[in-house]
Amino acid sequence: MNPLLVVENVHVHRPGAEVLRGVNLTVYPAEVHVLLGLNGSGKSSLAYTLMGCAGYRPAQGRILFDGEDITDLPVSERARRGITLAWQEPARFEGLRTGDYIALGMKEPTLARVEEALRAVALAPAAYLGRPVDPTLSGGERKRIELAAVYAMRPRLAILDEPDSGIDVLGVEEITGLIRQMAAEGTAVLLITHRDEMADAADRASLMCGGTVVKTGNPDEVRAYFAQRCRPHEETLGAQPWEPVNGDAYKEVVTRGVCA
Amino acid sequence: MKAHTAPVIPASLLSRRDPAWARDFEAILKAYDAAGGKVDALQSDRIASAVISANRVLLVNEIPGVHIEAEETPTGIRALIRVDPGTRVEYPVHLCFGMIPQEGIQEILPTFEIGEGAEVGFLAHCTFPNAVNLQHIMDATVRIGPGATMRYTEAHYHGPYGGVQVLPTSHVVVEEGGRFENEFNLTHGRVGRMEIRMEVDVAARGVAELTVKAYGMGEDYIRAEETIRLNGPDARGLTKTRVAVRDRAVSEVYTTAEGNAPGARGHMDCTEIVRDQAVARNTPIVVVRNDQARVTHEAAIGSVSRKELETLMARGLSEDEAVDIIIRGMLA
Repeated sequence: MNPLLVVENVHVHRPGAEVLRGVNLTVYPAEVHVLLGLNGSGKSSLAYTLMGCAGYRPAQGRILFDGEDITDLPVSERARRGITLAWQEPARFEGLRTGDYIALGMKEPTLARVEEALRAVALAPAAYLGRPVDPTLSGGERKRIELAAVYAMRPRLAILDEPDSGIDVLGVEEITGLIRQMAAEGTAVLLITHRDEMADAADRASLMCGGTVVKTGNPDEVRAYFAQRCRPHEETLGAQPWEPVNGDAYKEVVTRGVCA
Repeated sequence: MKAHTAPVIPASLLSRRDPAWARDFEAILKAYDAAGGKVDALQSDRIASAVISANRVLLVNEIPGVHIEAEETPTGIRALIRVDPGTRVEYPVHLCFGMIPQEGIQEILPTFEIGEGAEVGFLAHCTFPNAVNLQHIMDATVRIGPGATMRYTEAHYHGPYGGVQVLPTSHVVVEEGGRFENEFNLTHGRVGRMEIRMEVDVAARGVAELTVKAYGMGEDYIRAEETIRLNGPDARGLTKTRVAVRDRAVSEVYTTAEGNAPGARGHMDCTEIVRDQAVARNTPIVVVRNDQARVTHEAAIGSVSRKELETLMARGLSEDEAVDIIIRGMLA
């Protein structure tokens, strides 16, 4: 099978740091590919780079989508080719109704598909279709709506950045089910998370550390590696990389990739 | 702007008028319809309404408890609109002000008196579809009685040329326990030059909420001056301003909230989006004369958030389409 996405030796610089250091990654059509890594390891930076966000243009390397070099394409063009991204902290939009927001990305919008998408993330259409996508939504509601919008779009590649954060345990099970449903409908999912149990939903897995992919393979193996090699750093140094007491040490571990 | 067809003028209205009246009425109703007005409402005997074209009073419908007296002046009209005490008006009073010619002056001098305990809404459309060099002046006086509520929503349509000067001024008194909600919309077509001035005095336990939404482009100029004086104990006031400007348009927003009594609470909330060479200025003024009053303000002025843009672009929208959706949402 030909790969859908190929990332070749991608380097990205942000002010004061090289956040991606030679990333190589392959995603196949309709597979669920989980990308594990501690906070600060470069997962979200890779997501923004794949989507073509401002400030994340590779200084080196290239990105191929369905055989086409998309490294220099803007966000809209990538989306039109079938790539989309669900942000970890989705934006809010004053005055834009949930139903309209979900329909934005659909080639042929129908109310039935919008309602199906809302039900897929356990939100009642009658209660949410007319609600604005603004700060009156809770963080969990906003994340579910973001997933619904991605699901309704039927993209060829969905990049989901920490879809499980801010969602309760029951919600995580629903999200896992939705991800499998997306794959069943032909969408490849690049699932970014630092919760290794999310690997249960995956066909393949990769591990990021120090701004690069250090391991790719069977989800069980990568999950075990992550638990044994990466978690101890987190437990020793603290989960938040910017904590005043040990933030510098943690930052050094994850950005230099000493566990690789 | 919605797609629209020519409105059907109710036969009951046409049959009792002369041909000249019918021509004026048909023209203003087309403009009213284009501006988003509901023509059907003007023939309902359950909805109070008035239609004013230039300085001609074309139609007045009164309903029990709502009285509209209008007289023509050389440049416009003078009107007294009264709502009897205790009257709960089920449907908003529909008002249509407009001018069809390209040039001229229309001066509207209304007085609103809302009786004690009454509750009423107004839906006003001001339309100048062909304006090239036209001035619309309004000087309104509003008195909202004790425990009464008045909601006034005003939508403007100035056509595509930007040749309108709109200069509305309002002086509003909200008596004890009264409530005043005002929303001004100018979000379709060109603005031209618009200068809104509104002063509201709020007595004990009264509430005033003022909202202005405008979208300027080309050489448009938008100026909004709003003052809420919270004079009585536990009075409440809110100003909400949403303005987008692009091209070389200029917006200037001056909001003042005064906390003059114990328990008074005021807040000013301004969001403005700026594109191209446009300029937006916001000047909030907070005055507190009582140590148990509190007034706050927040303002966000700048370009469209990059994250909001990229979120919509990640759904396949172009940058221009995404900006338009964000601005339309803010002004919705």
